[in-house]
Amino acid sequence: MKSTFPLFPESASALSGDVDALFLVWSLVSIFFTVLIAGLIIVLMSRYKRRHPEEVGADERAGVWLEVLWSAVPLAIMLAMFAWGTRVFFQLYRPPADAIEYTAIGKQWMWKIQHPEGQREINTLHMPVNQAIKMKLASEDVIHSFYIPAFRIKQDAVPGRYTSLWFKATKPGVYHLFCAEYCGTEHSRMIGSIIVMEQRDYESWMAGGTGGKSMVASGSDLFTSLACVTCHRATPGVTQRGPSLEGVYGSQVKLADGRTVVADDNYVRESILNPTAKVVAGFDPVMPTFAGQVSEEQLTQLIAYVRSLGPTGSATAGGTGAGTAAATAAATTPQTANPPAPQK
Amino acid sequence: MASSPLVNRYGHEHGEPVDHREHRHPAHQFDTMEQQKESSTLGMWLFLVTEIMFFGGLFTAYLVYRTMYPAAFAAASSTLNVPLGALNTAVLICSSLTMAMAIRSAQVNRRGGILVFLLLTMALGSTFLVVKGFEYHDKFVEHHVPGPSFNFVLESSHEIAATRAQDPLYQRHAEIFFSLYFIMTGIHATHMIIGLGILAVLLFYSGRGKFDSEYYNPLEMTGLYWHFVDIVWIFLFPLLYLLGAHTH
Amino acid sequence: MDTTAVARSPITTTPETAFERPNYLNSDFGWKSWLFTLDHKRIAILYLISVTAFFALGGTFAALIRLELLTPEGDLMGPDTYNRVFTMHGIIMVFFFLIPAIPAVLGNFLVPLMVGAKDLAMPRLNLASWYVYNLGGLFTLWAIVNGGVDTGWTFYTPFSTTYSNTYVVPTALGIFITGFSTIFTALNFIVTIHRMRAPGLSWFRLPLFIWSTYATSLIIMLGTPVIAITILLVAAEKVLHLGIFNPKLGGDPVLFEHMFWFYSHPAVYIMILPAMGVISELIAAFSRKKVFGYRVVAFASVAIAVLGFLVWGHHLFVAGESAYSATVFSVLSMLVAVPSAVKVFNWTATLYEGSISYQTPMLYALGFIGLFTIGGLTGVMVATLGIDPHVHDTYFIVAHFHYVMVGGTIMAYLGGLHYWWPKMTGRLYPTFLSKLSALLVFVGFNLTFFPQFILGYMGMPRRYWSYPPEFQVLNVLSSAGASVLGVGYLLPLFYFTWSMKYGKKSGDNPWGAVGLEWDTTSPPPTENFYTTPVVTHGPYEYNREEVHNRLTEEANFG
Repeated sequence: MKSTFPLFPESASALSGDVDALFLVWSLVSIFFTVLIAGLIIVLMSRYKRRHPEEVGADERAGVWLEVLWSAVPLAIMLAMFAWGTRVFFQLYRPPADAIEYTAIGKQWMWKIQHPEGQREINTLHMPVNQAIKMKLASEDVIHSFYIPAFRIKQDAVPGRYTSLWFKATKPGVYHLFCAEYCGTEHSRMIGSIIVMEQRDYESWMAGGTGGKSMVASGSDLFTSLACVTCHRATPGVTQRGPSLEGVYGSQVKLADGRTVVADDNYVRESILNPTAKVVAGFDPVMPTFAGQVSEEQLTQLIAYVRSLGPTGSATAGGTGAGTAAATAAATTPQTANPPAPQK
Repeated sequence: MASSPLVNRYGHEHGEPVDHREHRHPAHQFDTMEQQKESSTLGMWLFLVTEIMFFGGLFTAYLVYRTMYPAAFAAASSTLNVPLGALNTAVLICSSLTMAMAIRSAQVNRRGGILVFLLLTMALGSTFLVVKGFEYHDKFVEHHVPGPSFNFVLESSHEIAATRAQDPLYQRHAEIFFSLYFIMTGIHATHMIIGLGILAVLLFYSGRGKFDSEYYNPLEMTGLYWHFVDIVWIFLFPLLYLLGAHTH
Repeated sequence: MDTTAVARSPITTTPETAFERPNYLNSDFGWKSWLFTLDHKRIAILYLISVTAFFALGGTFAALIRLELLTPEGDLMGPDTYNRVFTMHGIIMVFFFLIPAIPAVLGNFLVPLMVGAKDLAMPRLNLASWYVYNLGGLFTLWAIVNGGVDTGWTFYTPFSTTYSNTYVVPTALGIFITGFSTIFTALNFIVTIHRMRAPGLSWFRLPLFIWSTYATSLIIMLGTPVIAITILLVAAEKVLHLGIFNPKLGGDPVLFEHMFWFYSHPAVYIMILPAMGVISELIAAFSRKKVFGYRVVAFASVAIAVLGFLVWGHHLFVAGESAYSATVFSVLSMLVAVPSAVKVFNWTATLYEGSISYQTPMLYALGFIGLFTIGGLTGVMVATLGIDPHVHDTYFIVAHFHYVMVGGTIMAYLGGLHYWWPKMTGRLYPTFLSKLSALLVFVGFNLTFFPQFILGYMGMPRRYWSYPPEFQVLNVLSSAGASVLGVGYLLPLFYFTWSMKYGKKSGDNPWGAVGLEWDTTSPPPTENFYTTPVVTHGPYEYNREEVHNRLTEEANFG
């Protein structure tokens, strides 16, 4: 598949062609100006070569219009390219509504990837072709960067917060996955493969895998075992120590100090790890932190569960197919049941 | 050296009889005393610009974290000793006054005044450091010095505060406050100590009668530095000490 | 050895006995006269020695990198060694060579000469800056000898503060200390340019090298303190286990990136602006013509210095910065490219109707324009939001900044050294060898770094010790080019040293150039000028009767 001396990377995502087009046009502009300058230098050098040792150059001719010209033309070109580049950028980082969310956690020196259905892979991602995938990134230690050259996309995984990127492969094949942010000894070994498969191949791969619980189901289990459920019960009309999480994800949350935040991944993460930071209006900051008790992976599962409680979660989870819907249903079951109060 | 008289940029001729004593000649690279004075003044102001950028980096870090962790910062701030901080503010403002008086004494040729006011400035500066030392000591005793023994217990019966104080991350956020507190006040104190060293040198030279109304540039430059260090404290005091005053 | 003088045309009217004239080199002897000198010219020579030593060390690390990358497997050294090697290469080249090179060597030597002063305003501070520079260097060398540091020159947290077990703190302190030397030099330049100009030397009669040095000094004064405090915070966090940048303790690693690049992006302009100043001087001197659009070029330097402070965020496009701030930083980054583009066009236009001589410094200058054009254009490419996510942290970036730093700054530094060498030493160097070195540097440079553009767009990340085999051919090409480049750099070291004793005497003004620095003898006397110069015209006015007469006289009697 790979030639021994390629000069241009494979292009295998829905947007990689757009990036290439931008790059190639910019390259042509650059070549034009480089050749222009080099050509002018060579022509002027030979035309005005010093003939007598006492010869001096002519007086400068006024050239205000020239200065204006060669300020304005580069500026105009750059602004045009800026506009185009920004358009491509926003496409690169705005996932479409039907994107399925996967999780990749960087750790010295590997990528731990989890499918929404629960499959886990290390340094490898099997994925279906023509399906938009949103990759949520986290890091357990230092800054890493998730980079797939064939998709022309990368994003840093920063410890302590979530970042994400998305891509839609257009061609089955095996592509490089690199860590692009220097992360220590084995940085150059923190590489892997993106294996893009036809939908039916992907399904049979999924069927053959060990599977495991889906993200949402695992999160639901954690929600119970960590005793979250004792305070964040979904029973309407009952006063609880913590707010119900039903329908919270993606909505505007009013805080005790009057601010309003959107309950996104980073907010839910912060509320688990640093509960007193942004307390919901009407509640006391009584929740203990779970920092140190939940791993990065468990955090992403908990968040997946909270998201599945909607309202936007149902839309996103819908893309994952029937399996997830069932998992969501299963996950909500322990909610309504009254579990025995776990160790406090 | 040259047959024609050397003309300097101010139109004076070199070798022109000038009724200056030995030290009134400008350094070799300058033509006149006023050029030398202008140069050192500009140099000092430029140096203060770099100082502003230096402290500016710290203030930026402070503002970012204060925005991120307002509650922890307010709580941690409330444990600082406001009366001692206010006392130190007053001490520093007075020392700026005595510094200015020392320069004034030079301008009006009162050499005794230079000595007295320099000594006063040094005494006030030292007072500041001693008070700061007591504050550091208190923080040390209270385990508020960041490091392995850091332990931030908020003296409060309030249930919320009690829960918060158990929160290990809350502790970490308070620790960031104290890290910044010690780094900012520590760097400020280092500037004070350097200033005291310079003042000691000036005191030595004033004792030998080096400064008078015609030559007091080193005094003036040190004065600029001293006022700058003073102004930094004027910013540090409210940011670090008075932050928690209204929340508890 | 070919001892033909570079200066084919003008002068050697200076009789041999004239060399006995007192100058700054023979005014005093012995090591004390050097180590305790307050003469800016001698301090420049001291800096030249230190900077060259660090360049050689940084170059050795570069050679090791290129050797390791000859094969896809990491077989020459282990990954930990490789990580230390590229880190030390970056730290030494950036902080101990590129930033001080032109200001501390050429600037120290030329600023007082070009403004017609006897010395810098604060000679003691100037000497102190050299000592402080070496002290900082010693810290860093100590760290290297003990095992080095492996964080990359960028010291990204939390890797540097929490995970790296190498000598981060001594290295950081070395950089912190060296920062003071840079600040001392910059402060000295600004005061000197403001207060010590010769009578008649108004701002618009200053050479463009002074303008760019002034702009550079402004950046140094405003930027360096910020990296100083950032480094101090990193060291404090490392030693005292604070949590300022450590996310596990509530800190914010991205804040570090912001603070780091707030200095380190303007630092790029600290490296390139003085180089632009040198090029303006060279183009004018070897075209014997006023730089086209003098005022525009002068203000372009200031514009770059100001705008350079507003673009640091383009290093964080994929670091989790919001898309909207990325947009703002992208457009600002394009704006800062305009003054650079304007300079390139003005230099090219200067050649028009000039009297162009193909001497070695001019070859370096023309090479600079070509390479800087490529470096600048690719810089605008990576500032384009749609392209950066793909090429960020790949060899495309590596190639881009080497085109600016190596193809730009080092070409200009070498060109400047070749131009002012007769001024500094009173000697000429071999023509053929010096032109050969210019050619080798140009060809070797392109061979080394052009393949890296392709590698980068192919997706090869930077700081990789081993790499997938399909990248090998381009890496081999790059390493081959590096060996040519290495020879190109060794040659001047060799013939400059040789020329100090055996080089032909140059006379006062071997190029027939105008400018205050050429109005005095070569090498200049300790006090620079026998009489304080009075300036009556702009810096590059060749078409004057006085210049005609002098050149004709030199041509006839030379």
